[in-house]
Amino acid sequence: MTSAHAQLKIEITGAGANRLPIAIADFSGERIVAQALTSVIRADLDRSGMFRLIDGIGMLGDNTPPPFADLKQRGADTVAGGTTADLNNGRFETRVRLSDVLKQNTLDMQAYVHTGAQLRATAHRIADSIYEKLTGEPGIFSTRIAYVVKSTGRFELQIADADGANAQPALASREPIISPTWSPDGSKLAYVSFEAKKPVIYVHDLATAKRHVVANFKGSNSAPAWAPDGKRLAVVLTKEGGSQLFLVNADGSGVTRLASSAGIDTEPRFSPDGQFIYFTSDRGGSPQIYRIAATGGATERITFDGSYNVTPRPSPDGKSMAYIARTNGRFQLALMDLATKQTQILTDSSKDESPSFAPNGRMLLYATEIGGRGVLAAVSSDGRVKQKLSVQAADVREPSWGPLVR
Amino acid sequence: MRTVSLFSATLFALLLSACSSQPPAPEQNASGMESRTPSTIGADPSRVESFDPLSVAALKDPRSPLSKRSIYFDYDSYLVKDEYQSLLVTHGKFLAANSTMKMLIQGNADERGSREYNLALGQKRSDAIKKSLSLLGAREDQLESVSLGEEKPACSEATEECWAQNRRGDILYSGEF
Repeated sequence: MTSAHAQLKIEITGAGANRLPIAIADFSGERIVAQALTSVIRADLDRSGMFRLIDGIGMLGDNTPPPFADLKQRGADTVAGGTTADLNNGRFETRVRLSDVLKQNTLDMQAYVHTGAQLRATAHRIADSIYEKLTGEPGIFSTRIAYVVKSTGRFELQIADADGANAQPALASREPIISPTWSPDGSKLAYVSFEAKKPVIYVHDLATAKRHVVANFKGSNSAPAWAPDGKRLAVVLTKEGGSQLFLVNADGSGVTRLASSAGIDTEPRFSPDGQFIYFTSDRGGSPQIYRIAATGGATERITFDGSYNVTPRPSPDGKSMAYIARTNGRFQLALMDLATKQTQILTDSSKDESPSFAPNGRMLLYATEIGGRGVLAAVSSDGRVKQKLSVQAADVREPSWGPLVR
Repeated sequence: MRTVSLFSATLFALLLSACSSQPPAPEQNASGMESRTPSTIGADPSRVESFDPLSVAALKDPRSPLSKRSIYFDYDSYLVKDEYQSLLVTHGKFLAANSTMKMLIQGNADERGSREYNLALGQKRSDAIKKSLSLLGAREDQLESVSLGEEKPACSEATEECWAQNRRGDILYSGEF
């Protein structure tokens, strides 16, 4: 295993407001399996910034009445207990009960049949289920992330679990790879590769490891963005002069021009309802964010403050937009409420790039630089919880958070 | 052959002197090249044969301006500076004289800011070089302008000196890409 394959290490700072106090008990039954499960569940919930973990309640099976008085005294509002049984056919069954400490009733019961190799995946599913039950929003612990690792003379497009575990290369190249982005169903990645001495857009099927060219026209082909239906992409082509927005079918057919400007139009991103395409343009003299209907037509300017606002990323609920703003020479991740146009700078770093929303909109993954080295970082969309994900002795950049696993 | 190359060399010298009559540019170095080429022809005729300025061999001949392939741009600028006009004249003439040769122009940008926006900035630089060459006689189907953005830096330190080296357009010919 080379250093480039090494697991992303996660470091968390800050804490969310009004975190839900929860106790994840040690599960009973198969001790080693149960311990592995609970440690991943706890780490997931802790990393989300939405929970405060209450320790020290010991073991609790799924069928044992929780020690409600003790839990209440420790400040837990919720408790999860569980039991892992060996089914003696290479499989285990883990049953989990989630209980309300104050009402002393059961909130949820789930059973999972899994192999030893599926331990982490099962733990992520349990954490997702707890998260959704208690917050009303889907958990993102079972999702995957893509990013590019640069080591000497080598670029790798890697896929990892959302917690950085199980990193696998999807593509290795001697030439740069940029702008990976997940298809809405999570089965493919579109990206830009420079292996032909120029930027060319590919769509790469992750299950088969087969890929095809989506755009390799004369000039540059870059900035792919999936339509929410997964059938088309917005792309930037220079084949007709200048960097301009086009739409293309995912198989590379049916290229049509979306917009025309005398300047640069780039970094398209569909709104989640597919109605609009947000993009960066210097048509007004400095790079700013605009939007245009996905069917074309008039453009509307979105950012006005400052002289450099780029890389628009509409949130999954369509209500806000993350982007990179340059302020006093620092490139920082910002979030705009699209209704009020109020903006908030979410980071205190100065070389932020390529933000990507978690599919539940609660976190943003982005690239930044620490000590001259590219690292991935994540921040909650209220700016309170920050995480740093780094790979030893390599540059990590171009993160893209995958969709929810259905 | 000798007549042709002498003719080409003379044409080349004329082009350069025509070029130096353009508006003044302080850092222009074309005058140095202008005086060197004719004196080579006069002083040592045997070297003329080995230096046909519009031959494919000249592309890699360090005596030929055709071996110079990089054009540097100012910060936030996409204008080809006057000091590169004579170089582009030579490349334009080469493409006109060698109709089967094709050129890939790779634009580059410094590392600050968004990768995709920088890709578009690098494209503006390669497009500017392409436009100059079209005006100088190269055919549209001989030219392709692309961008490498900030992805292939010539220099990777975060200093102004280094960034200046990365605000660049590079010229590649058939067989080199």
